[in-house]
Amino acid sequence: MTTPVLDLRGVAYAYPGGHQALFGVDLHVHPGERVALLGPNGAGKTTLVLHLNGVLSPGAGSVAVSGLPVTEENLLEVRRRVGIVFQDPDDQLFMPTVRDDVAFGPANLGLRGAELDARVLEALEAVGVADLADRAPHHLSFGQRRRVAIATVLAMRPEILVLDEPSSNLDPASRRELADILRGLEVTILMVTHDLPYAVELCERSVVLSEGTVVADGGTRELLADGDLMARHRLELPVGFSI
Amino acid sequence: MGSGPGEHLHVEGATLLHRMPAHVKLVGMVAFVLAVVAVPSPAHVVLAGLLVLAVGLVLATRVPARHVLPRLAVETPFAVFAVVLPFVAVGPRVQVGPVSVSQTGLTAAVALLLKGTTGVLAAIAFAVTTPPRDLVRALQHLRVPDPLVLIASFMVRYVDVVADQLRRMKVARASRGFSARSVRAWPVLAAGTGALFIRSYERGERVHLAMVSRGWSGRMPMTSPLEATGRDWAAGLAPALVAALAAATVMMVS
Repeated sequence: MTTPVLDLRGVAYAYPGGHQALFGVDLHVHPGERVALLGPNGAGKTTLVLHLNGVLSPGAGSVAVSGLPVTEENLLEVRRRVGIVFQDPDDQLFMPTVRDDVAFGPANLGLRGAELDARVLEALEAVGVADLADRAPHHLSFGQRRRVAIATVLAMRPEILVLDEPSSNLDPASRRELADILRGLEVTILMVTHDLPYAVELCERSVVLSEGTVVADGGTRELLADGDLMARHRLELPVGFSI
Repeated sequence: MGSGPGEHLHVEGATLLHRMPAHVKLVGMVAFVLAVVAVPSPAHVVLAGLLVLAVGLVLATRVPARHVLPRLAVETPFAVFAVVLPFVAVGPRVQVGPVSVSQTGLTAAVALLLKGTTGVLAAIAFAVTTPPRDLVRALQHLRVPDPLVLIASFMVRYVDVVADQLRRMKVARASRGFSARSVRAWPVLAAGTGALFIRSYERGERVHLAMVSRGWSGRMPMTSPLEATGRDWAAGLAPALVAALAAATVMMVS
C-alpha cells in the first residue's frame, strides 16, 4: 500500500466569523490518480483546497501530504508538493512577464541561474507555451493565461496538482486542448469542478462534497449515474448529455 | 485590450541607451537631474548648455518626436508657475518691453523653465528606452525595499486589469441608461469608485493567496539579476558628471 499523496482525516473548519464550512472531511488521494472534487456552490470545496497547502489550518483533524503533516515548520515543503492553480489566472499571474511568473515559485525554493531557467522552460513546454515566455500576462488570451497559470505551479515539480475550476471561461477548443494537456501530465491531480462532463472525461474517481462533508466517493461514471444522489446535492449534467 | 502606461512610454529600439542596463540608466538619470538642479539659477548659459545635452540624449534614443513631445505636457504646471513668477516676485524691477517685472523673479523663472525641461527630457530619455519590467528589476537591483518594488511591479501588472474592470462597469452603467451629465450623477460615480476599490482590494487578497501558495515568505526572489560593466557605468554617469562639473564650476566662479 502506497502512502497517499493527500491524507485528510476528520478535517473540520469554522471561519473566524463562526460559519462552519467543513464537518470532518476524510479524503485520500493516491499517487497517479486523477480525482474530481464535485459539489454545489457553498459546499466547502474552496475551503478544503486551502487546507491542502496550509493556508488554512483545520480546527480539528489532520492533513498530510505524502506522509508529511501540514504544520507551520513544513509549510514551504508542503507548498512545493501541493500546487494549487486558482480559478482566475489574473490572480495567479502577478509578475510583469510570463518568465518571471513561472520562475517565482522555484526561486522561492532557492533555485537560481541556469537551473532556474531550465525549470521555467520545462514547465512552459509541459503546457505547450514555451514561445510566450517573454510576453506580459495581460497580453495573452484567457486560454493561454490558464495554461501559464498551470505552468507556474508545475515549475515547482509538485506531487499533486490541485485545479480550481480548470475549464471555466474557456471556449470549447481551449477546453479540449487543456484536457489533452492535463491527461499528458505525469502528476496526481485533484480537480475541483462544476463541469461534470469534464470530470467524466478526465477523472476515473470522484468525491462529492456537500454541506461540509464527503457524501460520496467512487467511480465518476457510477456517481453521475446515481440520479438520487445527484439531485440531493444539486449536481446536474448538461441537457442532452448522458453517461 | 489596452496596454499599461509603461508600454505607452517604452519604444523598442537598439540604441546605446536601449542597451544600457536599467539600473545604470536610472542612477545616471537621477544623478544628472540632481546635478542640474544644483546649478545656481543665474547661470542661464550653463543651464541652456545642459538642456542641449538633454535634447541630445532624447535624440540619441531615435524615438520619433511625435512620441516625445506630448510627454513634455507634464511640465505645464511648472511652466505656468514660471510665467507668473516674474510678476509676483519682489525685489528690484526691470523693464521688459512695456512691462516692469521683478529681476530675481525673472532669473528664477528662466532657470526653472530650463531646469524643468532638462529634467523632463532626461526622464523621457530614460522612460522610452526602459521596458517596465526592467524598471522593476532596476529598483530591486538598487536595493529599494521589497514592498516598494512589489507595489511598482503590481502596478505594472494590474493597471490594465483594473482599467478593464472600470470600463466594464462604465458599459454596464451606460447599458442601463446612465449618463453622467449633472451633479446628481456623482453619487453613482462615487459608488462605482468604491466598488472598484473593494474589488481591487479583494483581488489583492487573492493574489496574496496565490503568492503564499507558491512559497512566498515575504522576500522577493531576484530571478534575473542585471549586469553592468565598468564601461556601462562610465557611459551612464557621463551626463551626470558633465552637469556636476558645470555646477561646481559655476559655484566656484561666482
